[in-house]
Amino acid sequence: MHELSVSQSILDIALRHAERAGARRILAVNLVIGDLTGFVDDSIQFYFDFLSKDTPAQDAQLHIERVAARVRCQGCGAEFAPPDSRLWSCPSCGALGGEIVAGREFSVASIEIE
Amino acid sequence: MPTEVPVVEKILSANDRIALENRRLLDGQGIVAVNVMASPGAGKTSVILRTIEALRGRLRVGVIEGDLASRVDADKVAETGTPVVQINTGGGCHLDAPQVQSALARLPLAEIDLLFIENVGNLVCPTGWDLGEHVKVVVSSVPEGHDKPIKYPGIFVVADAFVLNKTDLAPYLDFDAEIFRTALRALNAEAPLFEMSCKTGQGIEAWADWLLAPAGA
Repeated sequence: MHELSVSQSILDIALRHAERAGARRILAVNLVIGDLTGFVDDSIQFYFDFLSKDTPAQDAQLHIERVAARVRCQGCGAEFAPPDSRLWSCPSCGALGGEIVAGREFSVASIEIE
Repeated sequence: MPTEVPVVEKILSANDRIALENRRLLDGQGIVAVNVMASPGAGKTSVILRTIEALRGRLRVGVIEGDLASRVDADKVAETGTPVVQINTGGGCHLDAPQVQSALARLPLAEIDLLFIENVGNLVCPTGWDLGEHVKVVVSSVPEGHDKPIKYPGIFVVADAFVLNKTDLAPYLDFDAEIFRTALRALNAEAPLFEMSCKTGQGIEAWADWLLAPAGA
C-alpha cells in the first residue's frame, strides 16, 4: 500500500532535480533499492506512471538496481548473504547474527533527462 | 540527446527531515518517545495500558494511537486520564513523521515525560519510516508463534527492545520460547527482551523499570 506515497516521493525528487537542470523531459529515473526494504518494483512503477501523468516525468522508466542483503558475522567478521527463512547464521564459523552491511538502500541515484 | 544527472537522494528524505524536527521538539521538552510496533492483535494497546498503570506517579505518559480506522484504542487510553491523540491512516499501513508531527501539536507536551506512539499493526511497513522516536519496541505474542523473527527479520533488526506478551497462554500453545529467543538473538544481540502477560501482570514491572532508566535520564 505505501508504494503510493513512496512513488510520490520519487516523483518529487526527480522533478525537483530535473527543473534545476533545466530539463524538458525525464526519460528515466535510476533507483537503488536494497532487498531488505520490502519494496515491490512493479508496484512502484505502477503508481509512478499514474502520478507522473501530465508532468515532465510522464512515460519515464524506473530503472531499479537491486542490492542483495549482506550481513557481517559478529563472530569472525566474514560477510554472507542471509537466508530468506532460516536463522541468520554464519556459513564460515556458525555464529548467529551480525551487522547488516547492505540491503537497506533506498535512494534515487540519478535521472536521465533531455 | 539524453543526459544523466546525478541525484543521490534518499527517497524518504522528506519524511526523515520531519522526523528530525519531531525529535528536536521532543528533546526540547525532555520527552522520550517510544515507537511501539507489532502485528495486529499482539497486544500493543494492552502493553501501553499496563505500563501507564505501572508508571503512575513515576512518569507522566502520553500516547499517540495509529490505526486504519476508529477511536477504539484512544478511548481506552483516555479512560485512564492519559493525554491521547488518535491518528486514522485510512488505508495507510504505517505511521509517518508528518502524521506524528500533527499529533504532537495536539498533545500537552509540557505534561508528558514518556510518549508512546502506537504504530499501525504491521510487521513490515513501519520499519522504513522514522517518526522521530528515541526507542523502537517490537511487541510479539505467544499465539503468533515462535517463528515471527525468522519470517519478518527486518523489524526485529531495527528494534531497541522486545516484548513477548501473552506468556500466560504458553501452557496451551506450541510456542517454543527457545527457538524464539535464539532467532531474536541471531538478528539483534543487543536489545533486551521482556516477557510478560498483560492479563496477569507478570513481567510488567521489569519492563516499566527499563523505561524509567532512559526516560528518567
